[in-house]
Amino acid sequence: MASTFDTVANIIAETCDIPRDTITPDSHAIDDLGIDSLDFLDIAFAIDKAFGIKLPLEQWTQEVNEGKATTEEYFVLKNLCARIDGLVAAKTA
Amino acid sequence: MRLEYFQMIDRFVEVNIDERKVKSVCKVPMESPVFEGHFPGFPLMPGVLLCECMAQTTGWMVSVLTGFTGLPMLVGLRNAKIRNAVFPGAELTFEGVIEHVGSGYAMAKCKGKSKDGPICDADLAFRLTPYPGPEFRLAMVEMGKKVGIEVPELMK
Repeated sequence: MASTFDTVANIIAETCDIPRDTITPDSHAIDDLGIDSLDFLDIAFAIDKAFGIKLPLEQWTQEVNEGKATTEEYFVLKNLCARIDGLVAAKTA
Repeated sequence: MRLEYFQMIDRFVEVNIDERKVKSVCKVPMESPVFEGHFPGFPLMPGVLLCECMAQTTGWMVSVLTGFTGLPMLVGLRNAKIRNAVFPGAELTFEGVIEHVGSGYAMAKCKGKSKDGPICDADLAFRLTPYPGPEFRLAMVEMGKKVGIEVPELMK
């Protein structure tokens, strides 16, 4: 079974036409991979479908804009994957 | 349908909230300034306006599903195909389904057809943006009523 990171990395590679081998757990989706907010909608949609969750993108964006969180907390892939795992766990709890 | 005013939908004939499905109908006008340029002596419905029909059909449904809390702005169009030419006088039906709504965005699929068969289909993405003011929301609700968007709890 593919790990959360592998699934997310494959989604990013396919959605944004980014070479898979350049995507690492420490990659920042925006700063390192150059993914913009519009592309991230497609990624979020694909992640939602793959994991059966709903990423709270609007809430994350608001928290970043209000200075309550950094983009690293949500958009560095290992952190994003941890949040996905948390949402999956909450759904099955 | 008034192409020059971007009034693409004549009326909605199905708004199924439970299944997130929507169906609209419209008739391409026999005359429009659009046809003076597209094309002189050979009036043809622009494909980009067929895309607009799909965007309006599913965009209105996003408004319904979100309780008219923001304006669904078209931000993405994928796999768009224009399958047949559409001429003045054609009666069109657009069927859409909202695949995702929430977290400030929506994803939809829509297809259009005429009596001669499929004319277009696409995947659409919307970002929900705040209305410029409460009057705008009321205007949208009223505009929706005129084309058959009837969701009683929204009309208060």
